[in-house]
This record gives sequence, structure tokens and C-alpha cells, in this order.
Amino acid sequence: MANINVKINGRDVSAPAGSTILEAAHLAGIKIPTLCFLKEINEIGACRICVVEVKGARTLVASCVHPISEGMEIWTNTPKVLASRRRTLELILSNHDRKCLSCVRSGKCELQQLSHELGVVDEGYFDGVKNEYELDYSAVHMIRDNNKCILCRRCSAVCDKVQGVGVIGANHRGFSTSIGSAFEMGLGETSCVSCGQCIAVCPTGALTEKDYTDAILEAIADPAKHVVVQTAPAVRAALGEEFGYPIGTDVEGKMAAALRRIGFDKVFDTNFSADLTIMEEAHEFLDRVQNGGVLPLITSCSPGWIKYCEHYFPDMTENLSSCKSPQQMFGAVTKTYYAEKMGLDPKDIVCVSVMPCTAKKFEIGRDNQNAAGVPDVDIAITTRELARLIKRVGLDFRYLPEEGFDDPLGESTGAAVIFGATGGVMEAALRTAVETLTGEELASLDFTEVRGTAGIKEAAYSVAGLDVKVAVASGLKNAKELLEKVKSGEVEYHFIEIMGCPGGCVNGGGQPQVPADVRNFVDVRALRAKVLYDNDARQKVRKSHENPSVKRLYEEYLGQPGSHKAHELLHTTYVKRTIN
Amino acid sequence: MKTLDGYRKRVLVCGGTGCTSSGSKKIIEALEKEVQKHGLEKEIEIVKTGCFGLCALGPIMIVYPEGAFYSMVKEENIPEIVSEHLANGRVVTRLLYEETVGEDKILPLQETQFYKKQSRIALRNCGVIAPENIEEYIGTQGYEALRKVLTEMTPDDVIQTILDSGLRGRGGAGFPTGLKWKFASGNRGNVQKYVCCNADEGDPGAFMDRSILEGDPHVVLEAMAIAGYAIGASQGYIYVRAEYPIAIERLEIAIKQAREYGMLGKDIFGTGFDFDIDLRLGAGAFVCGEETALMTSIEGNRGEPRPRPPFPAVKGLFESPTILNNVETWANIPLIILNGPEWFAGMGTEKSKGTKVFALGGKIHNTGLVEVPMGTTLREIVEEIGGGIPNGKKFKAAQTGGPSGGCIPAEHFDVPIDYDNLMAIGSMMGSGGLIVMDESTCMVDIAKFFLEFTVDESCGKCTPCRVGTRRMLEILDKITKGQATMEDLDKLEELCYHLKENSLCALGQTAPNPIISTLRYFKDEYIAHIVDKKCPAGVCKDLLQYKINADKCKGCTLCARTCPNGAIIGSVKEVHMIDQSKCVKCGACMEKCRFGAIYKE
Amino acid sequence: MCSKKGSVPFNGTKEQEEALLKVIAELKSEKGALMPIMQKAQDIYGYLPIEVQTIISNETGIPLEKIYGVATFYAQFNLNPKGRHRISVCLGTACYVKGSGDIYNYLMEKLGIVGGECTPDGKFSLDACRCVGACGLAPVMMVNDDVYGRLTVDDIDGILAKYE
Repeated sequence: MANINVKINGRDVSAPAGSTILEAAHLAGIKIPTLCFLKEINEIGACRICVVEVKGARTLVASCVHPISEGMEIWTNTPKVLASRRRTLELILSNHDRKCLSCVRSGKCELQQLSHELGVVDEGYFDGVKNEYELDYSAVHMIRDNNKCILCRRCSAVCDKVQGVGVIGANHRGFSTSIGSAFEMGLGETSCVSCGQCIAVCPTGALTEKDYTDAILEAIADPAKHVVVQTAPAVRAALGEEFGYPIGTDVEGKMAAALRRIGFDKVFDTNFSADLTIMEEAHEFLDRVQNGGVLPLITSCSPGWIKYCEHYFPDMTENLSSCKSPQQMFGAVTKTYYAEKMGLDPKDIVCVSVMPCTAKKFEIGRDNQNAAGVPDVDIAITTRELARLIKRVGLDFRYLPEEGFDDPLGESTGAAVIFGATGGVMEAALRTAVETLTGEELASLDFTEVRGTAGIKEAAYSVAGLDVKVAVASGLKNAKELLEKVKSGEVEYHFIEIMGCPGGCVNGGGQPQVPADVRNFVDVRALRAKVLYDNDARQKVRKSHENPSVKRLYEEYLGQPGSHKAHELLHTTYVKRTIN
Repeated sequence: MKTLDGYRKRVLVCGGTGCTSSGSKKIIEALEKEVQKHGLEKEIEIVKTGCFGLCALGPIMIVYPEGAFYSMVKEENIPEIVSEHLANGRVVTRLLYEETVGEDKILPLQETQFYKKQSRIALRNCGVIAPENIEEYIGTQGYEALRKVLTEMTPDDVIQTILDSGLRGRGGAGFPTGLKWKFASGNRGNVQKYVCCNADEGDPGAFMDRSILEGDPHVVLEAMAIAGYAIGASQGYIYVRAEYPIAIERLEIAIKQAREYGMLGKDIFGTGFDFDIDLRLGAGAFVCGEETALMTSIEGNRGEPRPRPPFPAVKGLFESPTILNNVETWANIPLIILNGPEWFAGMGTEKSKGTKVFALGGKIHNTGLVEVPMGTTLREIVEEIGGGIPNGKKFKAAQTGGPSGGCIPAEHFDVPIDYDNLMAIGSMMGSGGLIVMDESTCMVDIAKFFLEFTVDESCGKCTPCRVGTRRMLEILDKITKGQATMEDLDKLEELCYHLKENSLCALGQTAPNPIISTLRYFKDEYIAHIVDKKCPAGVCKDLLQYKINADKCKGCTLCARTCPNGAIIGSVKEVHMIDQSKCVKCGACMEKCRFGAIYKE
Repeated sequence: MCSKKGSVPFNGTKEQEEALLKVIAELKSEKGALMPIMQKAQDIYGYLPIEVQTIISNETGIPLEKIYGVATFYAQFNLNPKGRHRISVCLGTACYVKGSGDIYNYLMEKLGIVGGECTPDGKFSLDACRCVGACGLAPVMMVNDDVYGRLTVDDIDGILAKYE
């Protein structure tokens, strides 16, 4: 597209047609502060923080949504603009619970950062009546504190537009406007799927995960408990951001070192059970294809997706793989195989998981997730909570050595680590399924058709005379679109991978929050996913069925994939839920 | 004037909302009964019309051919009017509007103070035709303009005509109507477009749109169809306040009749032009008068405004090019087409052409609707047409533009009213509410009243309006309670200019106007509240003190017995006193005192 | 303000539900049908409790929260049932300057409720409203569809007595 020439702060700037003032300024190295704006998700021009002066305009304009036009003259930092932004911010602060010291977002709060940047001197300047709200603890995975909500609506936009769930939104109007659920229901009473995307985009401490860091420290301090930890693939791709590393830094080694120093008895890896999942799921897939089972088979690793399916597509729960998620398989193996091996009573094992996900907090409490008669996993924390834990126990993350995981549940393959990116489970499954079907070794392990951050991807393969059509969706709105087509018969697939969060687990609701001024200009999902694909490429073993520890597990304990014992321990059931 | 169509007499009874609420329905029933009793059904035609404008004198009834104007008609007057006037031709002079009673004849309505200076264009059919009968509209050249554009003019001709007429939007800011159409006219025939009518008249005190919809609904339909032809749209929506049941009913009837007569629907006038209109009802949100909010609302959402650009002419309703005009604007279109743009441009001032309808209200004799050429002065409207201020009180200010407008003080009494002049003196045309205030009105209280309205009606989307209006109201509240400091006043002013510059839509941008304009002309009143802790107009309760005049007090103890809070001290036959610390300022004592000994200051 | 699940009485009949389903079926395919459906639903039930909004949500696929967001945005949608007689007092400018605030306050006192509420016996509900376009008769109040103009506080008891 042709470029458009404008003047920003007296300098000539050329930007592609259709750019907003914000984008043009970004190209010219000028940062305009924003608050409500989330590219392609929340472009509503509501907060008025990003105002600029435009020659000839009657009022200041919101640069985030105002397109540039030829010859436009823009000023982004006149005294009037700066004063206006500060005043608007002070108005927000006048109705904001300013308990910053005890706020979980302190130091990472976009509002706090803005107050600093815009030079707010008196945060109480416009104080008056404040709205007061009760906190909503009703959901398993998170807390909503409307007293800290600034009504930027990023959460409701992501819930509705990206996830297609829409259980939170703006209610009432004017000064009484508040974000909440229908009829002021608690989030836990609604068909919220616990994906946590709302938390990921919240600029303040209004939306936070339920924090279990203290529970972990208590368990570790208890000599009677054997505390093991597992870390999901995507965690290592993002944890570093909490310690100042650039987005897209692999901190697997330092993470393992940190976990060991926190005091976990064993530092294991969910990647191990990701490989195990592939063994079971590939077997289930081939079984369904060969024996006329329900198709398409849909993956079940993402608990947000599972809950979504149960609420919004209850007639498709038969399509879900009966495999537990890697987190749960890990817990099941820990409390049976590992417990037996170590001579431990499963009741004395505390299985902690570190996940990029808030729905995992919901998943650990599901029915049929207790292979040893006790919950498979006891505590699920997010990447953010792990960072908090590391800081709390006084570890200087950047100076930690690189270490590996413990045996036997720490060994994994390249197929497992890519679980954290959209398409990764599909690719890992294909590697195993194809080799199982053909009995031959694949020439190339890279199924590039299913890689990348596109919301919906599809591919077709001809394997041993069998046409296999697959599709991959991430983000629940995309999942909905895909499934509606499947239901209507418009498209037909054999195998579908669905991840609840757009881009997959690397962009999960439990990952470090990336401030909007970064995520509006950088594809965070791609940068984090690259960590995982690079990791895969480095591995000597890149196929789940070649994981030595997994092979041993089958030999010593489970028998074959899909065996009776495997079903008892590693598979689960689903329920049909309603929409609220 | 319409011919009598074989009837001997034609009786017009106002069926507008004003007169309906003062009982015109009962008048019509009584009329019909009496006429039947006298067996005059074949001779007397009874027509329920839209608003005549002079709501203060309602219910109103006019008998033709004499043009006898009966005002404030009561049910019990009907038998007399029927037997004397309708049956026997003897006008009941006693019941006529006094201004129309000449020495030995009935004076034409047009010569009364109220109507003399008016020129009724948008309101031309209101109070003249039966709005529920399309034939009456057709009888006054109705749908002629539509026929003309479809058969004699190109779409571009139509737009040029509207441009040349100088017509500006009557709903608020006065954007040139033709320009709006022109922006939306590209790519005719290839894209879905919409024509919308803003009938969400929400300014407190303005009711001209309602009167037009009730009195002349077809004019809006015809004008919208003309615009549809001009920009290439086949679908129109009228977004009308649900609070206007009569208007809605008449619009429904009008749309049905227009479809039956082929004025709406497929292949209008056999020209191949298709156009239809649907009604959408508002649900009680003032902000939906803002164009993007109105469209968001039609789409089935919370009526929150969207940032512009993209402008509706490019991307409006359902993301399609859309034009939106308000009812009064539409009402001017057919006559501009029929009489030519020069005719219209010949009225008004240099930059504001044509006429404007004002809804006169507040402290004025002739409350009602008036339509005057642009450039008429406030003095002419208030003193001549409006008949001045009752009870010998002094004019203090007039408020125009509703919550977006401002107050015009006496010093600007002779400024010709048009868009630009009003803007220059800190008010705006708005939709045309004109509330007159006398010396007993407190300007701080009025500003607070409008802010209360805006706070209630703010949609809550953008920060400056959502929080800012609330904070402004809190400061005003402090001022009226005598608790504010001069620093608060500075903060208030600061907020005013902040909202003007930073709010997302016109509602927030204009919300401070009532404060800004009262501060501009009546700052001394604000200061009196803040520094002297006094309300000069004696309105703000918290700043009043009730006192007893010792000379007048007879010591009857009635006030002390009346006081709900035991604040009045004094024994029988002794002068009483009010303990200010206990007084709740309810005023009960003053009401009860038989000697006028209690006063407030 | 809020009316959580189960806290508002609901005695919807089969007939009402059928009427609502019919309305939804007729309007569903129209663009922007939500508000017209909600308006018709309120005509049928008198208010929009969770049970009614849930039917609309299930039939249209529009999230319940979005419907609630719309319902709480517009003043005319009621989450609570209205009284048999609905009183609304105009607080528009013209009425206000002529003392409609006093009328409103008196009504609140007399009925023992605040604006937006309904008396416990279900007889009267009271609301403030914006200009009803009868400024010539200020101050004005409406009881159901009857308009009372040029009011004084002393008129109120007499007017209320007319309603059973």
C-alpha cells in the first residue's frame, strides 16, 4: 500500500496508508502512552490517555484509533497534550483503589508505570466519591477486584472477541459502569472457562490468579511431605521476562536450578508426560480411525478448551480424546509408578505443577483425576506465581547456573517441548502416528503446515494409503468457528488440535503479562514459540515414542499404549455443562 | 388552507402531547357525542391534528371557515360550543383566545402576538392536517417532492439542491446537510447504505421533533426517501424515543399507509427506485442522540459512541455508509425541493439559512413551539412571541441547547440567533429547547441541574466524561452547600476545559457548557456561594436562613408547634426565634405563619 | 441495582414463554434484533428477570452477559417488576424549575420507597423521568398513561386515591 506523509512534532514521517497516528509515531521513534488500546482486540479509543493534537481538529484526538491522512500535522508532546493526559490519569486514579504497596501488580502495573511516566504529583487531586465493590472469589482460578478496575475493557474484549465466551462485560452506565457478569453473578457461577486471558491483558491488579505460593512453601517446609514439581513446556519460554530477559529467551536451565533451590525434592518436567500423552493419544487416534470410532478426534491438553467444549459444544465431548492432559498424566504417574519406585505413600507426595495456564487450577479439581485415589496434582501455579516464589525465597535468578531435570520423570524429546505452541501437539502426534502406521522412519520431522500463529490451520497427509486431514485452532473464537464448520459438515477432519489460548500455551493466561505498549508492536506469541521450536531442533531425540524413560514406563508398568492400566491411570471422562 | 370537502364546518382539535395531556381526547369524545346529538355528523368534520404550538393554552380547538380559536377548552364547554357555534353559527366569543377577539370580528390567528413573527416551514402541517390520513398530506403537496426528484432530477442534482439551500443539521452542531449527503454518495448502487432519522430527541425541554412526528409524520418519510435516492440507499431507520407513544403510533400508521400508496417499498412512482423504512425504538439513553451511539444502539448494543473517523458517511450503521439527520432537518427537505434552494436560502442569516423551531419553556407566558427565521432575536422570541415573563419578574437568562448548551444573559437579548452567534456567546442551538429563567433562578443550581442530567446520561465509556462529570457535579454540590473553596472553583474550571478537549463524543465535550457559560456571565453568583456562603436567588437550601421578623411576630406559637425539629424557641405572646443549628430549612414555619413574620435570606 | 439469580420473583407462564419464543423466531434473523426482542419481551413480562434474559440468550446465541449489559444500559429496561400503577415524575428542566422536585420528594415520602422501587404491596412503583414533552403543563407527572399537569404537592394525595 502507498505511504502517507505526515508531520509529527515538526518532523516528516512517512507511514503506510491506513496507519493510525499511534503507529506512525511508533515508526518515528515516538512513544505515545496508551491504556485501553490492544491492537486488533480493543480499539475503542475510550481511556483518552493517548490523545494528541492534530492541526485543524476541534478537540484532541485519540491517536490509537485515529488514522493518518496526507499532510496531517500532529503534536504528541505539547504542554496541553501532556497536561491532558495527566489529568485524565488523575481522574482514573480518583476512582481507583490505590493500595499499591500490597498490590500483586506493583512494579508491573501499567497504571503505576503511566503515573510515573506522566508525572502525576498528587494521585488524590480529583478525589471524590469512589465506587466500592466486593471482591469476587467465586472462580477457582482467579479473583476479580473491581475496586482496581479502570474500565479499559481489555478483559471483556478478549473474553468476547478473542475467546468467544463473553461472560464478563460492561454493565450499567456512566459512573456506575462496572465490569462483571450477568446479574452480578460471581465468575464461578458463569460458564467462564478459566482461560485467564482476561488476567493476561489486565493493566492493573483488578484481575489476578489465585496465588498458591504460600501453600507451596508450607509443603516444602513439612518434613513429612515429598514435594515434586513439574514445569510445562511454555513456562521456560517466558519465565525469563519476569527477570528482565528479552521476550523469547529460553531459561530452562536457570528455571530448573531455581526450583531445586526453592527446595523441591524433585525437579521434573511436564515434557516427560507430554511424550506420554502422545503415546496414548496417537494410539487412540489410530484406534478410532481403524475401528470406526468417533471422529474427528480432538486433543484434550488444554483445560480451558475442555471446559469450553463442555459448556458450548456439549454434543461434541465424544470427540474429545479421553487422554488426561500432560499435567494430569504427570501427576498420575508420579503418585503411582514413581511412588512405588521410591517406596512412598502417594498421600505423602505433593505434586506441584508450574503452568502457563490458569485453567490448570480448575483442572486439578476435576472428577476422575485421581489415579492413586488422591488428586493427581495438588497445586497448580502459573509462570507468574513461580517468578514471585523465586523472588520471595531470595534467589537472584540471573546469577543461577543452568541445570537439568531429575530422573526419571525429567527426560523428554523435542516432540514434547513444542506442545507449548499452537500446532505442536499435532506435529508431535503426527511424528509418532505416521511412523507407527508406516513402520518407517520419517525423512523430515518438521510438519511446517501446522506451525505459525494463524488462528486456524489445516493440512492433509497421505500416510500408508490413508488420507489424514488435520486442523489446528487456537483461541476459542477460532475453535468455535472451526467446530461450527465441522458440525455443519462444511469441512471434515480426522484429527483436530485445539488450544484455548491464541497462539497456544506460550500465550497462556498464566504467563508473564506483557504490557500493552510492547504487545501492540511485537508478536509475543511468535517470539516465545521460537524458543520451543529452537529447543526441539536442538534435541537428539525428537519423537515421543523414542523417549527412553517413557519406553521404560511402558515396559515396567503400563504395558502397551491404550492398555487397561494406561486407561485406568491416564484417561479421564467429561461432563456436559450449560451456558450461563 | 384545505377546502371543506363538502362539510359545512371543520373542527381541528389538537392531538399533540401537550393538549392530549390537558385533556383533548375527552374534548374530541364530547364533541363527537354532541355533534351526533344534534345530527350534524354529515355537516361537521372533526379532525385530530398535531401540535398547534401554543401548548400553554391547551386544549386547543379551531373551527373553520371562521378560524375561531378556542383555547383552554373544557369538556363542559362543548355542548355550548356545539349548539351555539356549530349548529347555529354563533361563535362563543367568551371562550375564544382573547387575542383573537376583535371588536366585531374574529382576528386571524396569524395576527396574534404568538404567531405574528413566526414562519412555519418545518411545522407547516402541524395543527393543520390530520396526521393519521395520508390523503391530507398528499393534499398539501405531500410526496410531490419525492415524485419530482425521482422523475426529474438526478441524485447529484438533489444533493446540489440541498447544498445550495444552505440547510444545516437542526439536531445540534449544525453540520451542512448537503455535505453530509455528498460524503455518503459515492459508489451508488454497489454497496448497502442506510438513511437514518434521529428521533431520539432527548434534550430536556425540547419537543419539536415530537410535534413534527405527531403532526406531520409523512414529511419525514418523504424526505428520507428523497435522501435514499440521493445517496443510493434502499433502507431507512427511524430511531425514535420510546417515551413518545403517540409519535410512534402515527409513524407506524404513516409507514403502513405510505407502503399502501406506493410511496415506500418497491418501484416507487414506477421509477424502479426501492426504499423502505423501519422503526427502531430507543430505550431511554440520552447519549443515543449522538450519531455513532444511535447506530451502535440500532445494531443491538449498549449505546456507546464510537470514535470518528471513520465517519458514518463512510462506515456507519452495520459498517455501511450511513446518513443521519434529525426530524426537523428532514421536515425542511420536501419544501426545499419544491420551492428551490434559493427560496430557502432567502430566509435567515448569512451562514444559517431557513427557520428554526424553538420549544419555549420555563418562566414565560406562552410556553409552546415557535418557528422563526434564523436571525430572530431573543428579545423578539421572549417578549413578543412568548408574551414575556409572568408575575412581573425580571428576565435573567435563557438556556438553549439543553445540557450541551449554555445560558444567554440579558446583555445578549438583541443578538440575532443563529448557529454561529450562539456558539460565540457560549451557548449552542442544540435541538432548540429554550428555557427562560427569571431572577428567582439560581445559576449555580441550574448548572448543577444540567450536570446531574449529564452524569445520569454519561455512557461511561471514556474516562473524562465518566469520572469528570461526576467530579464536576461533586464540586457544584459543594458550592451549593457552601462548602467549596475558591480552589474548588479553579478545579471545576480546569475540568470544564479538560472535558471539552478530551471526551470521546459530543456529550462529554459539551457537558461543561452549562457551567462554562454560567461562569462566564454569572461568576459573581458562584463567588457569592463560595465566599459569602449566600445564594443570591434564594434557591440553594443549605445557604438559606429562615428568620423571624420581630416586628411582625405575634407570639402565637403556631410556628414552634409546626417545626418538625423543635428549632423555634419562644413563649406565648413573645417574639419567637429560630435556632439555626437545629433548623432543617423545610420552610414549614413560613408556610404556617399567618402574619408573614417569617422570611428567608 | 443488581438483581441476582433467584432474588427477584418470577412467575412466568407457559403462554408468556410461547409468546416470547414466537417473537424471537420472527425477529432473530433481522440485523440488530436484540433490542426489539428485549422490548417485546418486556411488553410480555413487564420486566426482564434472569429467566427471561436466559431464554433470549439461548435462542439467539447472544451471551447472557451482553444482554444484561444492554438491559442495564438503557433506563427503560426493568430488572424488577413494576407496580400495578407506574408513577413517573418529570424532572425535565421546565418541570424542575416549576418545582417537580418537591412533588417527587413528596411521593417518595408518601409511598415509603425511593425512585426505581415498587411498594411492597405491588400497587405503585415510582420513577423520575426526563421531559415527557408536556412542558406547557409543568410540573407534570404520569400515572400509567394518564398525565397530570400544573401540579402542586397538595394535589398528590387526591391523585393517588384514584388508583386501586
